[in-house]
Amino acid sequence: MMPDEHAKRTAWGRRLVVAIPYIWLLVFFLAPFAIVFKISFSEVQIAMPPYAPVFGWEEGFAGWLDKFSELSFDNYLWLGQDALYINSYLSSLRIAAVSTFLVLLIGYPIAYGMARAPTQWRPALVMLVILPFWTSFLIRVYAWIGILKKEGLLNQALVGIGLIDEPLTILNTNIAVYIGIVYSYLPFMVLPLYANLEKLDRALIEAALDLGCHPIKAFWTITFPLSLPGVLAGSFLVFIPAVGEFVIPDLLGGSETLMIGKTLWSEFFSNRDWPVSSAVAVLLLLILVIPIVLFQHFQQKQAEKGQ
Amino acid sequence: MAPTTLGPIQRKFAPWDDPSEVPLVRFENVTKRFGDFVAVDNLSIDIYPREFFALLGPSGCGKTTLLRMLAGFEQPTEGRILLDGQDVSKVPPYRRPVNMMFQSYALFPHMTVEANIAFGLKQDRVPKPEIEARVAEMLKLVRLEQFGKRKPHQLSGGQRQRVALARSLAKKPKLLLLDEPLAALDKKLREATQFELTDLQQELGLTFLIVTHDQEEAMTVADRIAVMDHGVMVQVATPAEIYEQPNSRYVADFIGDVNLIEGRVAAIDGARVEIAPSGIDARFEVAEAPDTAVDDTVWLALRPEKIAVSMEPPDDASVNCVSGEVWDIAYLGDLSIYHVRLASGITVKSAQTNVTRLIERPITWEDKVYLSWTRDAGVALIR
Ligand SMILES: Nc1ncnc2c1ncn2[C@@H]1O[C@H](COP(=O)(O)OP(=O)(O)O)[C@@H](O)[C@H]1O
Ligand SMILES: [Mg+2]
Repeated sequence: MMPDEHAKRTAWGRRLVVAIPYIWLLVFFLAPFAIVFKISFSEVQIAMPPYAPVFGWEEGFAGWLDKFSELSFDNYLWLGQDALYINSYLSSLRIAAVSTFLVLLIGYPIAYGMARAPTQWRPALVMLVILPFWTSFLIRVYAWIGILKKEGLLNQALVGIGLIDEPLTILNTNIAVYIGIVYSYLPFMVLPLYANLEKLDRALIEAALDLGCHPIKAFWTITFPLSLPGVLAGSFLVFIPAVGEFVIPDLLGGSETLMIGKTLWSEFFSNRDWPVSSAVAVLLLLILVIPIVLFQHFQQKQAEKGQ
Repeated sequence: MAPTTLGPIQRKFAPWDDPSEVPLVRFENVTKRFGDFVAVDNLSIDIYPREFFALLGPSGCGKTTLLRMLAGFEQPTEGRILLDGQDVSKVPPYRRPVNMMFQSYALFPHMTVEANIAFGLKQDRVPKPEIEARVAEMLKLVRLEQFGKRKPHQLSGGQRQRVALARSLAKKPKLLLLDEPLAALDKKLREATQFELTDLQQELGLTFLIVTHDQEEAMTVADRIAVMDHGVMVQVATPAEIYEQPNSRYVADFIGDVNLIEGRVAAIDGARVEIAPSGIDARFEVAEAPDTAVDDTVWLALRPEKIAVSMEPPDDASVNCVSGEVWDIAYLGDLSIYHVRLASGITVKSAQTNVTRLIERPITWEDKVYLSWTRDAGVALIR
């Protein structure tokens, strides 16, 4: 019965390997989410922690079911009543969408240039794109304060070459937030685009030219449509985290900058309203689930096509 | 093995022999270097309208590079390329009246078969109804009427090859370049397609320049063949000339099977050149040996099917006759190839057609046999 036992053991091993990512998700994503989700149904109180638990762990399953029927959606309703939250969500989505578009606009030529570079240069170019990750994200965003502030490098340079007389106010405006997001998320656009464009068969462009197509038109009729999977992958990878971005609007943005990450933070730490901030987080997740599901669906379709 | 057809030679089409004919394509001392590497070396050819011209050579000898220069994707390092008498070096690929069928087919994967075929016509702003009519005509020509709405990845290799052909023919180019168009097909399909290509070329009255490393393919389809070796043009001639009068050992060996016997010119006497083979106790004669003088080293090239095998010595055994022992026999159905080992250790191959089924006393292993051939069977090569 040795082979049978062996087969059993490998089957278990396989299951364990498959299970590891799920265990990871359960521990580091689902469990915290369950806690946040639970808090979002409770009420504020001045205590430590600053909320009244709806159900405790000690009540057991029957007790939970009981409470479930009288769950309070007050915190969620509150989000609908105060325009601040809706505006924050909309503003976040808009800033993320505009930033994604700008990242695409800047990232595409970079990825295209990399894919067209001599083969022996390409690994070095990819390294250069990844290089910023070796410095802490926070420090890089701080560095932008030094560049963008009134007496910062950018203004000094612009005044120095005589392009402007008065230093510009960039820091603490939405423009600084766009600059910060575009800068920080550029690699997430460039890398998938590069991976896609690098695979593109040069012969297809040559075939188009051979059939009388001008190079610029060949780009729009051949290269760009074939790079759409890369464009979509990059856009999702930039858009999804940009919606919930907190550090960049907090450090570079001003009072006018409305982003849901900032709202969440002030709700949590300034107002100490854990239940409402939990509701904000849960709703943000629900909003982001739509593009995430779309992204998943799209990735799957690509994989199927590849086979 | 001899090619089974002599191709279109019966057509009596020979513009290259007519000095008043104007070539469609002219390569004038074209050299192409990639860094230090010489891919095409001082090469000149004329290709005439309505000609089916084949570039033949082993992989890596510069055939694709030559085509790419004609299509405009590479610039010659030296020399000129004339198309219809015009220097095309300044003309970008998208303005050349030349279309190319790519070795990889290069079909646009995101477009249907119809859109692929229509692509070139669209670039010329041909009116829509005309495009549709032309696409339908092309689909019919390559017998893919049922497949117009499919994407390339939904087609078999042979079907893709036909789409690529239809796409490159749709604009009725003056000159169609075909880069190993049949290399990816299996043998049966390849042979059938070779005949389709020649039919198509004659029907449409176009000029085809085909690149291939398959000598049988070149023999089957081409009016003339250019044999290349490491970027150098070795010989340009009709398939029959290439086969019967190769100008070098390289060509003789590349096209078909050949026995090459080294020797020395012993005497030249009008239409009789005597050769003393080295290491063989015999006397050979050929009808001519151009550009040679007495004592020059030459190689006698003898096609196996031109050598007779017999158990008895021939009537005149004093010239063009050697004897040896049957070393091996390869039975190929229609032919038998006898490998005969001479006393000097050289092996000579002779191909005999198996016309009769019953031979009284068949030649077999270790038989002592005589090999003989006529004076005009062999060619003396100096290279
Ligand atoms: N762009 C290029 N850069 C460097 N070498 C090249 C380039 N294109 C072709 N070559 C070289 O030129 C030679 C001829 O190539 P090619 O014309 O493709 O040969 P063929 O089509 O006869 O197989 C090859 O040795 C190839 O490596
Ligand atoms: Mg090639």
